[in-house]
Amino acid sequence: MMNTSLIELRGVTKTYGTGTAAMQALRGVDLCIAQGEFVAVMGASGSGKSTCMNILGCLDTPTTGIYHFQGVEVGTLTRNQRALLRRHYLGFVFQGFNLLNRTSALENVELPLIYRHFSPATRHPQARRALAQVGLTGWEHHTPGELSGGQQQRVAIARAIVTQPIVLLADEPTGNLDSARSIEVMELLTSFNRDQGITIVMVTHEPDMAAFAKRVVHFRDGLIEKDHHNHVG
Amino acid sequence: MLGNALLLALRELRRNVMRSFLTMLGIIIGVGAVIILVTLGNGATQQVTEQIASLGSNLLMVTPGKRMGPGQSSAAPSFKLADAEAIARETSSLKTVAPVSSRGVTAIYANENWSTSVTGSTEEYFTVGNRHIKKGRMFTASDARLGTAVCVIGETVRAKLFDRQGPIGQHIRLNKLSCEVIGLLESKGQSTMGTDQDDLIIVPLRTFQRRIAGNEDVSMIQVSVKDGYSTERVKQEIGRLLRTRRHLSANEDDNFNVMDMKEIANMLSGTTRMMTGLLGAVAAVSLLVGGIGIMNIMLVSVTERTREIGTRLAIGALEREVLLQFLVEAVVLSSFGGIIGIVFALVASVGLTGIMKVPFVFNMPIVLIAFLFSAAVGVIFGYFPARKAARLDPIEALRYE
Repeated sequence: MMNTSLIELRGVTKTYGTGTAAMQALRGVDLCIAQGEFVAVMGASGSGKSTCMNILGCLDTPTTGIYHFQGVEVGTLTRNQRALLRRHYLGFVFQGFNLLNRTSALENVELPLIYRHFSPATRHPQARRALAQVGLTGWEHHTPGELSGGQQQRVAIARAIVTQPIVLLADEPTGNLDSARSIEVMELLTSFNRDQGITIVMVTHEPDMAAFAKRVVHFRDGLIEKDHHNHVG
Repeated sequence: MLGNALLLALRELRRNVMRSFLTMLGIIIGVGAVIILVTLGNGATQQVTEQIASLGSNLLMVTPGKRMGPGQSSAAPSFKLADAEAIARETSSLKTVAPVSSRGVTAIYANENWSTSVTGSTEEYFTVGNRHIKKGRMFTASDARLGTAVCVIGETVRAKLFDRQGPIGQHIRLNKLSCEVIGLLESKGQSTMGTDQDDLIIVPLRTFQRRIAGNEDVSMIQVSVKDGYSTERVKQEIGRLLRTRRHLSANEDDNFNVMDMKEIANMLSGTTRMMTGLLGAVAAVSLLVGGIGIMNIMLVSVTERTREIGTRLAIGALEREVLLQFLVEAVVLSSFGGIIGIVFALVASVGLTGIMKVPFVFNMPIVLIAFLFSAAVGVIFGYFPARKAARLDPIEALRYE
């Protein structure tokens, strides 16, 4: 492929339902994201930003249009092929943390490595390293119930970056946190973007959080309304 | 792949130890019940066979009545003492022949009374039944001939009527007959069918016929064949002799029955085997119920863990990996339950066989079958919930509250 983009959406639409009940969530989205970008996706609920994130995350496929991920057309892949794509190239951070409860932080972080069939000898140190990177050394054996919200989200980030993904997709990662914790989380994400070159696409409602990104994309009624670069840093 | 699924499943079960145990309980009880019942049943069967074998396979029992099936017979004329004498006289290779008649009676001594049975027979009775006198004497030929009012009693009767007093020489009343206790039998304990073999009174046959029954009937003739001779041949000889004596024409069926101990053993062990099978089948149903319990919990668990499944799928778990994880969870639950059930059943069986005084027979096939069955229950009842989990849409599942 000729393009240099990591992620390329061309004329992507997504329609839910059929006939008169049909609801068009995306109405022709064009979006290119290059390696190493930090993109904040904003928009009101129902603007199509979540649908777009699901497509970017290879959890869903476009109704029409093309999604190239590293030059591979995702729309033509099977469910299992998309799962393998997620396993090897993507990391996910959710608003609700989505950690396994009653399971230690270490085991939570190990989970993606288990699906990659890593041996215990390689996955334990790797998971510990990831926890250290989010500043949770010494908390390896605590379960989510014993951790604060900010700590839980940091475990979730460790779980997302432990596989050294190309893209980290974060769906309102600070939605359940107070502003101090939010800033901690955003600083972590910024550092992973800056130091490890992980491409980050993050959905958020809060302009304060979007300010951490290098680029902000606004969705409105299934289309991209505004796409600009921050000049703050 | 399987190792991974096992790891994930075990971590999952460890998260919910109490629920995992309660889920297993159905299988534990099911497997336990099957093994306990089959073990006890086999023990009882073996005991029946052994006890009958210890009586000697050379014992024949001749009873009046046409043979209709195991343990059943129709009414027919009784034997007389002469029939027993004829068998003893005209059949070769016999050790002894004992005519036996008995009926229920209330034995009274001083102000004690005891409901028991009184048996009229000859001194051969002691040889055939392998009974020995512990105290006193057995009756003599002259007692038999004259029909004197003497009796030999079993240990239970002695205990009920005499307590600590010596019974020999005392007179007890059997209905209207007052008779002198001349001997006490050595205790023999419980029989195969659970009857007390020491709860009996033996009087000379003539005494029984004249003074208790009031007729000349003999209800059974016990025949003991000499060692090394075929019971089959003796049975045929006795059959021919009795047909002549009972004036049966060639087209009439026998109206008497000659059974050897082997037949009785087969009849009894057949009965216990059938009971074992029935109880085992009932217990197997509880295993099935246990399986349904597992399916129920797994379905609840899939619903409860919808978001978690969504997370796993988002992280990159394949459909078949999620399926395998849930399937392995179910199989681990059921087979672990099976193992606990087996251990519990073997311990309980050793205890229960001890209490019920039957031999403990370790039955490897039934243990293996129970284990495989419990594992199979996990696969069968775990598959549906596992498929449900694997087919979840990750987007829906992640959004699930």
